[in-house]
Amino acid sequence: MAAGVAAWLPFARAAAIGWMPVANLPMPVAPTEKNKRQDELIILNVSGRRFQTWRNTLDRYPDTLLGSSEKEFFYNEETKEYFFDRDPDVFRSVLNFYRTGKLHYPRYECISSYDEELAFFGIVPEIIGDCCYEEYKDRKRENAERLMDDQEDNKDAKLPNMTFRETMWRAFENPHTSTMALVFYYVTGFFIAVSVITNVVETVPCGSAPNQKEVPCGERYTVAFFCMDTACVMIFTVEYLMRLFAAPSRYRFMRSVMSIIDVVAILPYYIGLVMTDNEDVSGAFVTLRVFRVFRIFKFSRHSQGLRILGYTLKSCASELGFLLFSLTMAIIIFATVMFYAEKGSSSSKFTSIPASFWYTIVTMTTLGYGDMVPKTIAGKIFGSICSLSGVLVIALPVPVIVSNFSRIYHQNQRADKRRAQKVQKARLARIRISKTGSSSAFLHSKRNGLFNEALELTQLPYKMNLSDQNSTEDEQRLSKSTSLLESQHHHLLHCLEKTTNHEFVDEQYYQQSYLEAGLQNYPSRSPSLSSQDGVTGTCCTRRSKKHHTPLPNASAPAHMQPLTHTHTHPQGLQELSTIHIQPLSTSRSSLNMRVDEPAPLNCQSSQITTAIISIPTPPVTTPEGDAHLPAGPTHQNVVKVSAL
Amino acid sequence: MKPRSQDQSLSDSRELDRSYDPLTESIVEDGELATVCYRPEGLDSLVQKTSFSKKELQVLYRGFKNECPSGIVNEETFKSIYSQFFPQGDSSMYAHFLFEAFDTHNNGSVSFEDFVISLSIILRGSITDKLNWAFNLYDLNKDGCITREEMTDIMNSIYDMMGKYTYPCMRDSAPKEHVDNFFQKMDRNNDGVVTIDEFLETCQKDENIMQSMHMFDNVI
Repeated sequence: MAAGVAAWLPFARAAAIGWMPVANLPMPVAPTEKNKRQDELIILNVSGRRFQTWRNTLDRYPDTLLGSSEKEFFYNEETKEYFFDRDPDVFRSVLNFYRTGKLHYPRYECISSYDEELAFFGIVPEIIGDCCYEEYKDRKRENAERLMDDQEDNKDAKLPNMTFRETMWRAFENPHTSTMALVFYYVTGFFIAVSVITNVVETVPCGSAPNQKEVPCGERYTVAFFCMDTACVMIFTVEYLMRLFAAPSRYRFMRSVMSIIDVVAILPYYIGLVMTDNEDVSGAFVTLRVFRVFRIFKFSRHSQGLRILGYTLKSCASELGFLLFSLTMAIIIFATVMFYAEKGSSSSKFTSIPASFWYTIVTMTTLGYGDMVPKTIAGKIFGSICSLSGVLVIALPVPVIVSNFSRIYHQNQRADKRRAQKVQKARLARIRISKTGSSSAFLHSKRNGLFNEALELTQLPYKMNLSDQNSTEDEQRLSKSTSLLESQHHHLLHCLEKTTNHEFVDEQYYQQSYLEAGLQNYPSRSPSLSSQDGVTGTCCTRRSKKHHTPLPNASAPAHMQPLTHTHTHPQGLQELSTIHIQPLSTSRSSLNMRVDEPAPLNCQSSQITTAIISIPTPPVTTPEGDAHLPAGPTHQNVVKVSAL
Repeated sequence: MKPRSQDQSLSDSRELDRSYDPLTESIVEDGELATVCYRPEGLDSLVQKTSFSKKELQVLYRGFKNECPSGIVNEETFKSIYSQFFPQGDSSMYAHFLFEAFDTHNNGSVSFEDFVISLSIILRGSITDKLNWAFNLYDLNKDGCITREEMTDIMNSIYDMMGKYTYPCMRDSAPKEHVDNFFQKMDRNNDGVVTIDEFLETCQKDENIMQSMHMFDNVI
């Protein structure tokens, strides 16, 4: 129940007057406050700053420190105030939560200190209001990432019991772990550089012998270059195989980008080895050598920046794609225009529209090679429009990439977002549960409610016959674990049940009973007491049974009248027919238990025990009647059971 | 310190707070001028009109003001507050009937006086007063008698509050049966309506009802 609405509970209870005249059953007894305190101001002294609030305000949330009796531990007798040695600034938010029902997260506050304060006061962070929740989650995530980074730096220490394979993989992934890894790292880097430089130098025309045309160095020193190439490829192959061996998941490794680059880098060499010096395939072979330049991408293992750039381009793929599309549109438009504009002029280079594409691209990117130039006036006009618009269109991708680049640093990784979404779903589920919590709390406490109710009714005869000691026990048992507000709310719902002669149940039980509606008068199912449904069913049926108990003892006190009154009620027959699910064992075992024995049944709440004992026949609770207990109630219960 | 105009300091604090949204703020300001802030009469006059003590009225007003800072409750707020207590069912119709009963001046809003006067009748009034109030609740058109249609509406609204998940399963005929039951009990001269006298007479003879009226004795 929301905080502010708790103050309207008296109104809701008063509104129940509309149900009274139409109800056919007697209403349950209202919970009374044992010690009705006037609402008082209490002083909360937090590190010297005094906060004052009404006691009722704090009682709204009984499952927190301030709302429960836990705060008594902090009570200072001399100054008559509650002293907390905590941060007063954060306490402001905490206290406002009690006042308004909404928890806010102040932006200037450190996330870990805020979390600590919330944990101290027993407040779950999930109830932070929507206004502040995003901020809170973001800060929390940043903090967690920072902690993770710190932890990773400390991971350099070699973990014991790592297999050789794992050591190797760690060495590959993180060169700083050992000297060998560092050496390997630099060696491979060196050879990548050597290989790339070799490819480049291969094509440079070396000094030639006189009277011969310039030949590239590659053809001049064929053997040397071949040896160099072989050496590099061998090293790359060995490196690739070692990585493949060390990888924890070979399949995943083979699919990764880096390994594909490795393969592409070394494959041309092997293909070239395999193929002979055949004239037909030499053209293809030459093309294949182009792929050797991809070795330069192997540097991305050595450079973080390169990897980030690659990732940026990958993540901006959609934006770049759209940009390319719009650029293509512009090119086609201008090429067409230029073609038709220049059609008239003689010896025009604009022979076709595709031929004009080249001019358009060169002009739009403001390159202006000058190999194609418009000659007609119309052509020149459109050419200038083309170059002006080109500036505009080309300027678009730069901010896109830049913003994406910065976005990648600041936004979550994809996995984190998915995790956050799961947490968000969990949070919404929790809020939904807490909102329906009042109804499920009602269902849950219906069993406790029985206990309270029955004890209220049986208190009179019980107290008459018992010594003081037992009556204090009684008082203790009467002390409710639920707060007064909750018990009053439950009483209200209970009244509604009585008015309509139906009961609230949870969805599960409803569906089960719906399915079994056809199985009347047949105890086909004996629900295990451990399941909530079973307990509810048991207790509900037992409660209904209460109305139909023919009281054997004529000495039934006057306040039992409401019970007997319903005995002849026509509605009662309906109830009888619905009581068909009754585990026999419970009723027997409950009877065998003595009144003051708090022996727990298999019910979930141990408080029920006395209630179930006292419900069947109120006289059972009088120990004087113990003598004739076994025969009578047992007999009675047998009767009840068979009457199902 | 240099005296600053209130607006200046207000806007400055908003800037610092960074919670100032210029777009919505202006709209809210316009709205705020339009809404009326209603203040109840003095505490003493209310103590005379109702049978609550000063302290009780204070507690009631604090709760009232917390939920409705403007001082009056309109039907939407009324319904939303009431629905918080009945999470499983639909309490809007019953809340509507309640609102009609609380709104004694028929002006579409319930002020604190209306609220507290009605509460005083229900919680502290005599049994006859309580029954009269209940009759007034049922009599939707306030013509002095409860017709079968009115009772059916009320009964439907009460059963709606139970929601779907009930034990035993809610049959559609359950409210109708209940209404028939009610009329059988209350309508002495069988003319199809229940007048206030019939109502009072029957209720005073019914022990359950008399017992339940005492339930309100220590709500506050």
